[in-house]
Amino acid sequence: MRDDRRAFLKTAGALVVGFSTGAPAWAKVLPGAVAPAKTVDKEALDAWLAIGRDNRITVYSGKVDLGTGTRTALAQIVAEELDVAFDRVEMVMGDTGTTPDQWITGANLTIAQGGSELRRAAASARAALIQRAARRLGAAPADLVVDEGVVRVKGDPSRRASYGDLIERGFEIKVDPKVALKKPTDYRLVGRNIPRVDIPGKVTGEWTYVHDFRLPDMLHARVIRSPIFGARVVSVDDRAARGIGGFVQTVRKGDFLAVVARSEWAAVKASRAIRVQWGEGTRLPEKNTVFQTWRARPVAKTDSTQKAGDAPAALAQAARRVKASYEFSVQTHASIGPSCAVAHFKAGQLTVWSASQATHSMQTELAAITGLPAAAIRLVYLEGAGCYGRNGHEDATADAALIAQQIGKPVRVQWMREDETARAPKSPPRAMDFEGGLDAQGNVIAWNADFWIALNHIVAFKPLDFPLLAATELGQPKPGNWVGFLFQNAGMGYTVPNIRVETHHVAETFFRSSHLRSPGRIENSFANEGFMDELAHAAQADPAEFRLRNLKDARAEAVIRAAMKLAGWQSRVGINPAPGSGNIVRGRGISYTRYNNAITYVAAVAEVEVNRDSGAVRVTRLCIGHDCGQMINPDGVANQVQGGALQTVSRTLIEEVQWTPERVTSVDWTTYPIARFTDLPTVDIELIDRPGEPAWGVGEPTAVVIPGAIANAIFDATGARLRSVPFTPDKVKLALAAAAPAARA
Amino acid sequence: MARITLRVNGTTHSVEADPDTPLLYVLRDDLALNGPKFGCGLGQCGACTVHLEGNAVRSCSVPVSAVVGKKVTTLEGLGSTAKPHPLQQAFIDEQAVQCGYCINGMIMTSAALLKQNTNPSEEQIRAALAGNLCRCGTHQRITAAVRRAALAA
Repeated sequence: MRDDRRAFLKTAGALVVGFSTGAPAWAKVLPGAVAPAKTVDKEALDAWLAIGRDNRITVYSGKVDLGTGTRTALAQIVAEELDVAFDRVEMVMGDTGTTPDQWITGANLTIAQGGSELRRAAASARAALIQRAARRLGAAPADLVVDEGVVRVKGDPSRRASYGDLIERGFEIKVDPKVALKKPTDYRLVGRNIPRVDIPGKVTGEWTYVHDFRLPDMLHARVIRSPIFGARVVSVDDRAARGIGGFVQTVRKGDFLAVVARSEWAAVKASRAIRVQWGEGTRLPEKNTVFQTWRARPVAKTDSTQKAGDAPAALAQAARRVKASYEFSVQTHASIGPSCAVAHFKAGQLTVWSASQATHSMQTELAAITGLPAAAIRLVYLEGAGCYGRNGHEDATADAALIAQQIGKPVRVQWMREDETARAPKSPPRAMDFEGGLDAQGNVIAWNADFWIALNHIVAFKPLDFPLLAATELGQPKPGNWVGFLFQNAGMGYTVPNIRVETHHVAETFFRSSHLRSPGRIENSFANEGFMDELAHAAQADPAEFRLRNLKDARAEAVIRAAMKLAGWQSRVGINPAPGSGNIVRGRGISYTRYNNAITYVAAVAEVEVNRDSGAVRVTRLCIGHDCGQMINPDGVANQVQGGALQTVSRTLIEEVQWTPERVTSVDWTTYPIARFTDLPTVDIELIDRPGEPAWGVGEPTAVVIPGAIANAIFDATGARLRSVPFTPDKVKLALAAAAPAARA
Repeated sequence: MARITLRVNGTTHSVEADPDTPLLYVLRDDLALNGPKFGCGLGQCGACTVHLEGNAVRSCSVPVSAVVGKKVTTLEGLGSTAKPHPLQQAFIDEQAVQCGYCINGMIMTSAALLKQNTNPSEEQIRAALAGNLCRCGTHQRITAAVRRAALAA
């Protein structure tokens, strides 16, 4: 490993491949190695797979592993379909020079879409190799079997050829979109808990994150940005910075400002020493009235997202009507490692080592910023800290590209904590209004809902209009948001005869807005499931049974029953009658969602303790039923389900970006706290496997049921409805005060 | 700039650095020890944790001049993929990693804990790790890994 790295470092400055001497190029792909460019045409089989003469398989995936384990899961899919041993497969991910563009890594699609594409490529490869073997061995394809990458003639073990014997110059054919796929009943790798390939390196310091990537003579940069929101540079005085040992230069282009030094510490000190006069900023709305402001903003379009029957008419006839409004605050990705990128510009070619989830579309974004042709820009993916959507990785990538272009030397840009927490994109605010109607028997006969969501600026399904910080600072204004498909799960998932759901797309947000884990679905499901609970209470029904009564989907019922069983759900109508202990009262709540109303099913039961005096909420246990279809790696699924659950406890109870009209004041972990070990519940999970069913994503679905389950558990404990995330102690106390008269009535 | 001699993972190194340089940058950039990570530079998150004379410290907040003559141990000093430390092995066995950026701090803090308390309860583990932040939600697996390592010892 060390020798490999040294060999690479010696040559990487010239941007050539640096594999350890003697080893064939496919034997070990070094992190960050810039391999010769090859076809990335999605129709070409060679874009997806290469086989070495030593039978090692290199897979070229446009989808990247964002720390979720897909490097392992995708390799399982390929090894399965190719009939080779798992450890023969190595993944190259997100390198624009060698991997096909499979769209960004997001939207819960790495396995469902990325895995399907790789699976077809692998099956096409196997079929092509069988054809070649048939010719070489003089046998009919039907008489051949494949065993660990060796093609044999049935009944004649002497007649055989390995994939490496058969590969010659490559495949030189197209992927067959209709290729026959392996039957799930024949799977021997898919469905197994193969340990993640990245974990041993990550627990020993041997893994190469983008933060750890170094080039010879690499310089270090820090970018200087205004603490005042939207302020432009008036003047810069870098005299004090120039006196710092190791200082190299200041880079200024328009309002883009950075310092470059020989060491990180010199760059940090120079960034603190430089004197910048900032102009007037753009005023942010008052935070305490942000949701009123949000509702009053111009709406670009209103969509009818779900319609059935005649909801207004049904409401008019309802025996009982219930009305409520919900909110979800502005949050941020708050990656544990501030974003980082390394770039080198030499002989007209720009290479950027980046943790972006969208390296391919960044090629175009960087072309706009640098003025270089996209073909002269290469992005090589290296993992960063978990991003959970579009965090600062893309901005840092642009920063590094721009600085490298200006200085012509290899440079590493490391964002500081404040850059990541305060200046990375934010999730947009959200407001939602509901009215529901019940008939005299407590059946839901009408559902009427309005969602104020941020407009998605979609250009060819790529974030080309996203205002990267560097682009804005260069005077290249971009229109706005890349927020994901926020309408998803606005439509409700129950069998109600009269439904009207409209989404109002707010034209402009306050902050640069991007997608944050389970974008749209988490807010929509929180509100839908909170309101469903309100209807259950109005109907004097047990909330779990009420949901089951309004579902006609066996898989939906199965996840709900799984969560109920794990939790030992006790049916009851109304608030938990148990007296609690002292100021602490306890409750349990349930929430269910089918992700996008189309894929993964998930249900959660939350158990909570509420301190009636302080308003503090503690989630003590989460029980989750989960069905994502065919599981590729069940332990990988469990890891994502646990992570989605625990991260969302933090988002639900604590997280909210803070600001004044002048500036974002969430700048670190004290001003944007997240949950700690001592705050978090245990998570119990039942994973329902569906071998042979489509494999759906697991990174996002669990998050969406957590806020609703917690809100509904707080109601069970106290009779107070929490309708605004996060459920801070102040909001809980207000809700308790509001609930008190109702409870007495 | 000054020539500074420090002892890391049993080896003596001599580096050219400003005395006020945070130890983290010297470990990473001068000694190529990538285990400790930059998370906040403020001592708030724990990603940069190393051992100084056996105690867990935040290397982002310790100037390199303060460790002269003292024993520094990093994640690499515990073990390697070829020969993992029992805690590293326990993290592998429990698959207690998502993105893994915080894991250095989790392992280094737990290693210090296990020296003080060879059989910590889950509650004691959570309390010991309360100053280490994980954003991916790997907490349950991390506490399980620390328990596993304690039981294996």
